[in-house]
Formats: sequence, C-alpha cells, structure tokens
Amino acid sequence: MSAAPGPVRHKGRGPAVSGWVAPRGRALGGRSFALHRITGIALVIYLYVHLGVLSMLLIGESAWGDFLSVVTAKGFLAFDVVLIFGLLFHALNGIRVALVGSGYLVRHQRALFWVATAIGTPLLVYAAIHVFGGA
Amino acid sequence: MSTTDTRTLRVYRFKRGDGAEHFDEFEVPVGPRMSILDALRWIQLHRDPSLALRHSCLHASCGTCGVQVDGREELACVSAVRDHGETITVEPLANLPILTDLVVDVGEFFARFPEHPIIRASEADGYVRLEDCIECGLCLSACPVAATSRHYVGPAALVAAQRLLEEPRGADREDVLAWADRPEAAWGCHLGFECARACPAEAIPAERIMALRRELAR
Repeated sequence: MSAAPGPVRHKGRGPAVSGWVAPRGRALGGRSFALHRITGIALVIYLYVHLGVLSMLLIGESAWGDFLSVVTAKGFLAFDVVLIFGLLFHALNGIRVALVGSGYLVRHQRALFWVATAIGTPLLVYAAIHVFGGA
Repeated sequence: MSTTDTRTLRVYRFKRGDGAEHFDEFEVPVGPRMSILDALRWIQLHRDPSLALRHSCLHASCGTCGVQVDGREELACVSAVRDHGETITVEPLANLPILTDLVVDVGEFFARFPEHPIIRASEADGYVRLEDCIECGLCLSACPVAATSRHYVGPAALVAAQRLLEEPRGADREDVLAWADRPEAAWGCHLGFECARACPAEAIPAERIMALRRELAR
C-alpha cells in the first residue's frame, strides 16, 4: 500500500497562485514574470471597467459630465499614471519576452529588461507630465 | 566569524500522522566553512535525530540535498552558512510532495521526464546522465509556473527532451517533439528564468527550453 501524498509547498503564502508573485528568493527574471502577470491581469480588469464606465454614456450627458469631473481631479489622475506604467511595462516586457521566447538573446534577458526599463522610464515621466499638465 | 558563533536554523518539519506542518528552531554553533548541510547534520546528531534530510556526495555532484534556504533553491552541501543571516530558514523544495521534513518525493520529479530511452539499448543495464543537468529538482522548485500547474513538466524534463533531440541515442525524434509540443511542456514555460538562477550546474535550462521551442517551430 503506497502512502498518501504529502503536502506540496509553494513559494508565497496562502493559495498556490501566490507562488507567481512571492518575492522571497526571486531574481530579476522571476520578478519581471510576476509584474508581467500582475499588469496583464490588471489591464484585463481595467478593460472591463473601462467598458462599464463607457456605458454611462447611455445614461446621458449629465451623468458623463459628472463622471468626468471626478476622474479629471488631480488625485484621480495618479491612477492614470499607474495605468500607463502598467501598459508600458506589459508592452515593453512583452517585447522582451517575445524576443527571448523566440530564441533570441536568451542569455541577455537581464540586459533586455534594463533596455526596456531605459526606454519605458522616460516615456512614463513624459506621460505623467502630460497627464498632470493637462489637468 | 569565530568557531563559537551561533546561528538560528528555522527548519520545516512534517511527519505523517504527527500533527501539522511547522517550523522548529535550533541554535547551531557554526564554523567558518560550515555548510547548511553540516548545520542540519549537527542538529541530527546533537538536538533532534528525527530530523529527516537527504544527501549523498557532499560536493554538489549528486543533486540529492536540494532545499530552499531563505526562499532560494540551493544544494545544502555547498551552501555556506556564512552567506546567510543570523536566522536561516530551511524548507524542502517547492512544487513536489513532501515525504517527511526536508525530503520530497523525487519520483514525481522524474515521472515528468519524457518516456523515451535516454541510453542506447546496449547500455540498458547502465545509467547515463545527461550532460550538465544533475537532476536535482531545484529548477522545478524555483519555477513560478509549476506553482499552479502540477501538469507542467518543468525545466529539467524539457532540458532532457532538448538533449534527446541534440543526440537522440535511439530515441524517436518525432515522439520527443510530439511530447514537447504541448501546453504543459515546451509551451508552458513563461520565461521567469528562475530555473537559470537556481541551477547549480549552470545548465541554463531556459536556454535549452528556447532551443526546444525553435525545433518545434521549424
């Protein structure tokens, strides 16, 4: 009679999915993997929220105007910057992942991460200035 | 670090039918060249003979003493205590069933490998290792994809398949490609590169997996 299987430990705490994002012991590749998943899931959620918000147009112009007055407040615009960060990270890291996943520059995946960061950081700064400057 | 220094080892414990998983703490006197394995064996000898761990060669060749030290996969025999802090947490490898304490069921690890001969028929009574890979399982423990997919074969098995393609040694190349061409095989890798970080043999599993994908995409 074989023994029942013992517990399986995962990195992170709680459900196994925490193993994706558990930071302890992770290197650059694992951290970018985790952030790629987080930003990917967040962008999908945002897409549906965005579609839901757009449905306010069906209610009428005044409802839409009230909504715009909320989302163009300076405090709320910080969320736009977070959204742009998510978009930039997911897009630029996605190019890195696509390159490496196709067999190109596999040994240089860390350098590719920093190249993506060097491209994304000024874009994010420019976007943030534009977002807040237009408020 | 003098020979009278001590470190606290937080060691994962699990015994079948003997309560829940937990950590035990041990104060261990450490010397300048003491390894994590030395520290664990000191605990066995001086504090708790029931502590179960697996080891063999003591020089990073057999790959049997893999554990997580402070969350990173390491071979305990070559992981120096001095490279860690005052409190060192030692856990079994992740993503494999635990038999007891620090011992995982490596049968589940090897069951993920492609079911093809990795040796010539004339060598059937012997055992031929793949070059570089010491089959320690550290890469599977480190892989974030394996955390949520028990069917994902993991880096070591994919490396084995790629080696088979490089040097089939009697294996059917098409069978190996068909085995690898699945979501839970070559296409299951999501490029976390933790395998490359964890591999003590510097086999760079991620590079092999990408080479395997190139073969599949031809």
